[in-house]
Amino acid sequence: MIISVASGKGGTGKTTIAVNLALSLSNIQLLDCDVEEPNAHIFLKPKIKEKIPAFIPIPEVDETKCNACGKCREVCAYHAIAVIPPADGEKGKVLIFPHLCHGCGACSLLCPQKAIKEVNKEIGLVESGDSGDIKFVHGRLNVGEIMAPPLIRQVQERIDPSRTVIIDAPPGTSCPVIAAVKKSDYCILVTEPTPFGLNDLILAVEVLKKLNIPFGVVVNRSDIGDDKVDNYCRDNGIPILMRIPFDREIALLYSRGIPMVQGKPEYKEKFRAMFNIIRKGRS
Amino acid sequence: MIIDADSKIIAEKGDTMKICITSQGKTLDDQVDPRFGRCQYFIFVETDTLAFEAVENPSAQFSGGAGIQSGQLMAGQGVKAVLTGNVGPNAFQTLTAGGIKIYTGISGKVRDAVDKFKGGALKPTENPNVGSKFGMPGKDK
Ligand code: SF4
Ligand code: SF4
Repeated sequence: MIISVASGKGGTGKTTIAVNLALSLSNIQLLDCDVEEPNAHIFLKPKIKEKIPAFIPIPEVDETKCNACGKCREVCAYHAIAVIPPADGEKGKVLIFPHLCHGCGACSLLCPQKAIKEVNKEIGLVESGDSGDIKFVHGRLNVGEIMAPPLIRQVQERIDPSRTVIIDAPPGTSCPVIAAVKKSDYCILVTEPTPFGLNDLILAVEVLKKLNIPFGVVVNRSDIGDDKVDNYCRDNGIPILMRIPFDREIALLYSRGIPMVQGKPEYKEKFRAMFNIIRKGRS
Repeated sequence: MIIDADSKIIAEKGDTMKICITSQGKTLDDQVDPRFGRCQYFIFVETDTLAFEAVENPSAQFSGGAGIQSGQLMAGQGVKAVLTGNVGPNAFQTLTAGGIKIYTGISGKVRDAVDKFKGGALKPTENPNVGSKFGMPGKDK
């Protein structure tokens, strides 16, 4: 079973939920797919055993074959190519902006002159290892790189179907989030009981409904806001899986990189109970 | 004859050149748009006659690549100089590859910008003066 942990916005405690759920169960693989800012490793401190570079194919133009026809620019949906037409006796030229390229392959496929070949560009690293009994994998996107989805897919290629898989998804509701949660059987949405929290929760709920993934909500710092999140969940038949009240001790553990179930073991039971609700809800 | 601030002759007498100014409206009396890739209008002007054409920026709403595609438009139109507020790195690279001179820090009316250019009061820029995505809503830095 694959459970993803997502959140309409950052800073709600998504990683805390993913990590502590992992530590409360057995036979777990944790995938940190928040590749722009992975931080599950801060709490799990895995021993990394394998580092594999991740690539996307980007175009390279053979200037001797290219006649500056402009086709590649037209077909690039990501506006990553400019073709400077010939002028003042100068040959035309093609400019490729690799950091905008999604590696879709359209330009090389459709170049009438067969002037484009694909070369690999490194976008980040997939690192895997162990943290106690937990199998751990995460992706790290190179600084300045924006192509998170291909790296997320490469992290997910390492899913071990013999284990319960927990995916820490990136925050938000954009492409990287969809890439991260798409394969999951269930999604835990982490939110806070504030107007912003509710707003982002609603956006995330829409995404999951479109993807047809069952989901439930964890309300973090459940005693600091209002009851709008509760009302919204009740009115829409969304199960609230767990509430974690604000607790100075939890905040302190967090700031020291210590998972809360280690400092407050009574939470293990709550995480297990949540897992049982999720498992039952599916069968 | 047009001489720039470095006393280089950039157009001979009788010659005309096509330049482009980013604008917030469709006429020479509108204000220069400070964004290049995401400006509202491009105004193409012939320097001798001041004949002009305003074109709505087709790339203004792109989530990425607006500077590149606006630069592409300039190259495709045979523009020799671009007058605008700010140019990011991608647009800068595209314009430079197209042999197009870039003048940044321009503000006020489009017409006045053209006059200054013709009077040789402007100095072309050698570097992009803002980061990528400058003109994106919510990213005004
Ligand atoms: S499609 Fe091929 S030939 Fe045409 S401009 Fe692009 S690289 Fe050159
Ligand atoms: S591979 Fe796709 S995204 Fe990349 S430059 Fe070619 S057409 Fe554009």
